[in-house]
Amino acid sequence: MTDETTTTEQAAAAPSRRKVIGWGGAGLALGAAAAGGAVALTRDGDHTAPVADTGGAVPFHGAHQAGIATAVQDRLHFASFDVKTTDRDELIQLLKEWTRAAERMTAGAEVGDGAYGGLPEAPPDDTGEALGLKPSRLTLTIGFGPSLFDGRFGLKDKRPGALVDLPKFPGDNLDPARSGGDICVQACADDPQVAVHAIRNLARIGFGKVAVRWSQLGFGKTSSTTPDAQTPRNLFGFKDGTRNIAGTETERLAKHVWVSGKDAEGASAWMDGGSYLVARRIRMNVETWDRTPLSEQEDIFGRDKKEGAPVGKAKEHDEPFLKAMKPDSHVRLAHPDSNNGATILRRGYSFTDGTDGLGRLDAGLFFLAYMKDVRTGFIPVQTQLAKHDALNEYTQHVGSALFAVPPGVRGKDDWWGRALFA
Amino acid sequence: MRAVRLSVVTAAATAAALTAVTGCAEKSDSKASDDAITVVAKDDSCEVSKKEFPAGHVKLAVENRGSKITEVYVLFPDDRIVTERENIGPGTKATITAEFKSGDYFIACKPGMKGDGIRQAVKATGGKAAAKRSPEMDAAVAAYRQYVQAQADATLPKVKVFTDAVRAGNIEAAKKAYAESRIGWERTEPVAESFGDIDPKVDVREDGLEDGQDPAKDWTGWHRLEKALWQDKKIGDREKQLADLLDKDLADWQKRVGKAEITPTSMANGAKELLDEVATGKVTGEEERYSHTDLVDFKANVEGAQKSFELLKPVASKNDPKLVAELDKQFAALNTLLDKYRTDKASYVFTSYEKVGKPERKELSDGVNALAEPLSKLAAAVVK
Repeated sequence: MTDETTTTEQAAAAPSRRKVIGWGGAGLALGAAAAGGAVALTRDGDHTAPVADTGGAVPFHGAHQAGIATAVQDRLHFASFDVKTTDRDELIQLLKEWTRAAERMTAGAEVGDGAYGGLPEAPPDDTGEALGLKPSRLTLTIGFGPSLFDGRFGLKDKRPGALVDLPKFPGDNLDPARSGGDICVQACADDPQVAVHAIRNLARIGFGKVAVRWSQLGFGKTSSTTPDAQTPRNLFGFKDGTRNIAGTETERLAKHVWVSGKDAEGASAWMDGGSYLVARRIRMNVETWDRTPLSEQEDIFGRDKKEGAPVGKAKEHDEPFLKAMKPDSHVRLAHPDSNNGATILRRGYSFTDGTDGLGRLDAGLFFLAYMKDVRTGFIPVQTQLAKHDALNEYTQHVGSALFAVPPGVRGKDDWWGRALFA
Repeated sequence: MRAVRLSVVTAAATAAALTAVTGCAEKSDSKASDDAITVVAKDDSCEVSKKEFPAGHVKLAVENRGSKITEVYVLFPDDRIVTERENIGPGTKATITAEFKSGDYFIACKPGMKGDGIRQAVKATGGKAAAKRSPEMDAAVAAYRQYVQAQADATLPKVKVFTDAVRAGNIEAAKKAYAESRIGWERTEPVAESFGDIDPKVDVREDGLEDGQDPAKDWTGWHRLEKALWQDKKIGDREKQLADLLDKDLADWQKRVGKAEITPTSMANGAKELLDEVATGKVTGEEERYSHTDLVDFKANVEGAQKSFELLKPVASKNDPKLVAELDKQFAALNTLLDKYRTDKASYVFTSYEKVGKPERKELSDGVNALAEPLSKLAAAVVK
């Protein structure tokens, strides 16, 4: 934990975007210590926390990458990259440069020599739009896609068994231009401009080595990893994933999210302390949903709309009685009890990318979920849902990707993917 | 073509005019004062009364004793113009004044107003020195100036092939000559744009017209003819007039382009601007929306950028060898990628951009980003 403390102190000494870290920084560092790398923001729940309280810095260094068990921030910018260089050393060099830039940005500092004051003839290192903004609990989380292990970089025998090619699920209508990718970076922050600034600057540092394949903005978190917090609503107006794994639930994290023990042997040894990330762009036909009677909406989810309580229960966190729900209801099908205990940590965001040209919103859920193994996590659950979920009438999966998320960066000499390239 | 004409070259020229040297030229019949330097211009000589003089406000009393109209230039060692006086007729006199900072200059007489002129090296001494210049940079700028002029000189005949075909009403021949007539222009576009007035006449697109401009009357140049040939598929009297006008406007470019304000920084930034042009106009297919010859412009832009880079390399590789190596690599990669779209590497016949699919356009765009990002650091590598 000493590394984390160091980073927070550095953030306080950083030249910009630092004024507000005092409270948040200290609080977060304590939270991180308590939660073993995960960050608990506040006992009151992130839903009601005043904006000023959410401006601090989340420690970048740790046993696990931040941005997984971290209390879910309000905004997302997610980017998937194709690696363009074929030179392994050049890729390693980029990952090192990215790590240093990520350390700075998550601490609220500018990248490189900053956004102003340099040579007038040269473009500044930092693009500048985050100047004066708080660190905003920015987290940057990297992942490696199956295609990175295709032999270009000598990583063939390091592809973990869990990094499978996801099967095609019934109803999938995947756009290759919104799917896959060699490397992903998830940027989450309470200020959208801080998240966008981070992705933009990483993309800029990467030109010539990597190219953005696709990217996704998310504006409203649909999950919470904070205990006792109200579960945020998705664009259908419902709370979903009320039994999500909280950042403080060390045991459930160890059991369902962090790779360790026999899952981190052989080809997967470099994944010790890591996790697997599934990203799905799920288009939601909000217009047709909005024409659906309330009772049908509630039946489809298996919850009431106001409180989010499971059928027949009073409170959203009450344990659901699955048999009281319709067989094709979303909660019943997705529940661990219907999937041999499969549990995943959800971290998705709503999106609205303008319109679809047919007078409807191009809206939906950018589903993000972390787990120890997709073969016992996402795949069985999604197989069920794709076949039977009543929600399918209103949704379509249009983008998909799977990434191996390496363990955290331990200190100033460590870098994203070091164990993989060792 | 650029929508906003605020180029670094222009800015540099303005700054130079304001701060470095103030030159003005005036015709005068009065006898030159005693402290003036006399310049006697003949058809085969250019005699200067003093080769070394104190820095400051200096008056040149010019007399044309030759048989041809002449012009006299005061030049920096890299051929940038301090001041000039054109149209000095045989037997007439003119006075030129200029503020000389201490340093080396050339005084050049150009009998017949052609060529590099007959030059005399002179030196202004004492006083405040002008910004220190390196011979390497001066050589780079002088070589680039020659390149720009050579491009213009080679372009005009190619334009004539195109405009002749238009005047002859031969649509097919005009289409064939169109793209090639633009190569020299596209290679050196940032320099031409520094004049401000030529680019809007010859290279504007319909959407680039300003408020209140009428496309029927005010839209001139290559792209107007491109639309006539590919979209309207007809050549009328108006098109023939426009062909004449294009010849005339480009002749003006040819005459002026060699005198543009060029500095090592403007060369480096010009190279970056050429890649900007590719990124915003060519990769998107907007520049040549009727003819779809975008890849020809693309290639020409890259060639022009590469020329600047090659000339600046001796300086840049001392300051930032890593950057130079990266630029070498990325220029080569982009050129290799472009070669996939032509069968003959000696020709400028490229695949119609209409037939270049989305994934291929993305690949080209990635290549442009890969080159443009390090290229944006060239100016700093040249000056630091």
